[in-house]
Amino acid sequence: MTRKLALVLLISLLAGGTSSLLAQGLTSALRGPTPLNDEGAAPPMTPMRNTAEREMRNYPEQPPVIPHAIDGYQIDLNSNKCLTCHARARTGESQAPMVSITHFMDRDGQFLASISPRRFFCTECHVPQNVTNPPVSNDFVDIDTMLSQAAPGGRR
Amino acid sequence: MSTAEPKAARVGFFKRAWQFVHELWDVLISPSSVFALGALVLGGFAAGVIFWGGFNTALEITNTEKFCTSCHEMRDNVFQELKSTIHFTNRSGVRASCPDCHVPHNWTDKIARKMQASQEVWGHLFGFIDTREKFLDKRLELALHEWARFKANDSLECRNCHSAESMDITKQSPRAAVAHERFLFTGEKTCIDCHKGIAHHLPDMRGVPGWQ
Repeated sequence: MTRKLALVLLISLLAGGTSSLLAQGLTSALRGPTPLNDEGAAPPMTPMRNTAEREMRNYPEQPPVIPHAIDGYQIDLNSNKCLTCHARARTGESQAPMVSITHFMDRDGQFLASISPRRFFCTECHVPQNVTNPPVSNDFVDIDTMLSQAAPGGRR
Repeated sequence: MSTAEPKAARVGFFKRAWQFVHELWDVLISPSSVFALGALVLGGFAAGVIFWGGFNTALEITNTEKFCTSCHEMRDNVFQELKSTIHFTNRSGVRASCPDCHVPHNWTDKIARKMQASQEVWGHLFGFIDTREKFLDKRLELALHEWARFKANDSLECRNCHSAESMDITKQSPRAAVAHERFLFTGEKTCIDCHKGIAHHLPDMRGVPGWQ
């Protein structure tokens, strides 16, 4: 009798477990409830963040994000729209931050007169930001916060 | 004798032509003896209306996007590039087509530009830019012409729609507001100085001031 009861319990547990697992597998935060073999409706496009205010970097090496819209900016072999403001010679007029001096360095560590060709395509690293709610939350903690947590009030 | 005859005939032709011009002139400067003055005046007025109307209608036909893109030079190169820009599709559905930016709206300036454009017809007939490669080679030169024209008329074709007086910079992004306040309102710069390549792709910009 107890064995029979245990078996029923086990089966019901398994059934419950698999159904919840299945349900988990089918709804993803990114895809929504759309089945894997279907293409869901595209989410509406969100506006660009266009405040022109510098954003804090999450870690010192992070390429700074672009705090303005860059719609239609041409960056190709012929021209680079970004450099019409961010190039050294243009910053006086534009008051835009100058391209980092590290970008003048070629792969052998030699500083060139202007942007090194390997750093020419700005949007490979620097990206504009959209005003949107991230579908997945981010629990990234920056180094200053982490150090102060490890030794509250102590020396860093 | 037989050799002198065609020579005499040719001289006679020019002489006859000269005499014809003289007779025509005499007719034109002498008063009419057949038509009534009223008929001449009304007829002249009607002919003038027809001529002027016809001329302007023909001029306006050459001032449409359809006419501009009837040549493959325009249709396959610059028109394709325009299509993805905000001057072609936008939220409010206002479209700037070719002549809005490239032909002055003022009549005398328009006629001057249209006379210049006869060179473009020549270029089309003799295939100056009949391939993509030729177009790309000429691209900087063509763009420089347009930039010089915009610079010379203080970006008049931009200002036909975008006037500095009716611009509300509080509705603009902070970046745009600062730049317009510093350079546009003070007259230090004109639209084309900063807004190059907004409707078409840019050529190789090396050597163009402000570009690298």
